[in-house]
Amino acid sequence: MEGVERTFERMVHEHQDRLYALGYALTGNRHDAEEVAQDTLLRAYRALVSYSPERVRELKQRPWLHRIAINVARNRHRGLRPRLVELNGSEQDTSPGPEARALRKAQLDDVTAALAGLPPRYREAVVLRYVQDLSYDEAAQVLGQPVGTVKSNVHRALKLLRGENHDRADD
Amino acid sequence: MTVRTIDLKQLGRMKAPAGFSERVLAQAGIGDSYGVFDTVLGSVHVAWNSHGVSAAMRARSDEEFEKWFRREVGRPLTPATPPADLSARLVNELGGKRGLRFDLRGLTEFEQSVLRKAREIPRGQVRPYGWIAREIGHPRAVRAVGTALANNPIPYFIPCHRVVRSDGVIGNYGGGGPEAKKQILSLEGVGLSKLQELARAGYRYEGVRSTKIYCYPTCHHARRAQDRNVVWLHDEAEAGALGFRPCKVCRPPAAAA
Repeated sequence: MEGVERTFERMVHEHQDRLYALGYALTGNRHDAEEVAQDTLLRAYRALVSYSPERVRELKQRPWLHRIAINVARNRHRGLRPRLVELNGSEQDTSPGPEARALRKAQLDDVTAALAGLPPRYREAVVLRYVQDLSYDEAAQVLGQPVGTVKSNVHRALKLLRGENHDRADD
Repeated sequence: MTVRTIDLKQLGRMKAPAGFSERVLAQAGIGDSYGVFDTVLGSVHVAWNSHGVSAAMRARSDEEFEKWFRREVGRPLTPATPPADLSARLVNELGGKRGLRFDLRGLTEFEQSVLRKAREIPRGQVRPYGWIAREIGHPRAVRAVGTALANNPIPYFIPCHRVVRSDGVIGNYGGGGPEAKKQILSLEGVGLSKLQELARAGYRYEGVRSTKIYCYPTCHHARRAQDRNVVWLHDEAEAGALGFRPCKVCRPPAAAA
């Protein structure tokens, strides 16, 4: 038990920022981002406790946690929660300088607003590839899709994000 | 607006909010929570987790307690509302009724056995360091026992204050210095001045003529004896020579055969 707790503590410290960013990119606001990240880690912990020591040791934490997070975010969406896109800037942020912060925050909010407008399968693909910096292979593994599917979804997502809206006919 | 991949990468550099990891670990039952409780000893900061009470300290502020906890225990710590019955259990424990579970996982096997043994000393009584050492099967490790008690993360509730030097010197105390130790012992009904007087005169044990049994002076059984039956003894050899046997409750050492 002690071993699993240590593993989990390290996992939380190592992956918390990444999972929070993932939650933010998928849900579009900081409150939901924190909930997604927290639910993901708690689910991971419950799973770790039930795994054999070998399985815990051989676990590829990054894709595994991403897969859980994607599921958590999808389930929340299914739960008919209203998706909020954050408009004000009242939440705390730990980056330096008020102006730089305001600017950066506004930019980030624009990015998440744009992501929120994408169909979920495009959003998931492009977030894993570019926000989270997974390789196509890893993203495909996380999503349980063929690499080619992921590549084309990322490509379409980028097109939409750039404002090239005209090939949505195949949706 | 037009979103480029560089904007997406920027998004990936976000940091989780302050305190996030602590909250997650606490939710998983790994980190510890703490609150401040009013007790006979004044206000005491107490930390707990799913395994039980993990630390206690009479701290002047939350910051002081958090700092101390990080240094001594090293796990994440967050303030929280305590479980409903914790406050009552803490008060009971100080009143001599045992109902608390303790989390001693961070300590060595030896330290744990020292603290478990200290917990067997009843309220209102004291034992010498050597008693603990002997009872846990390391009769020569008296100093190590002292160190383990000094590092007790849960003073007051695990009563390390009930372990005193056999020469009558109160000895130092991790829970707030010798003065605090005296204060707590007096509060528990230990007649300290009498005890110190005896110790300075070289008396370690109280023998009872009618039963031919000798005890530590604070033992419940020794205190029941009538004054005319009491005989003060310097050591176990003297007791043995007079035909006394050690009390089976407070368990002073037997005379060497």
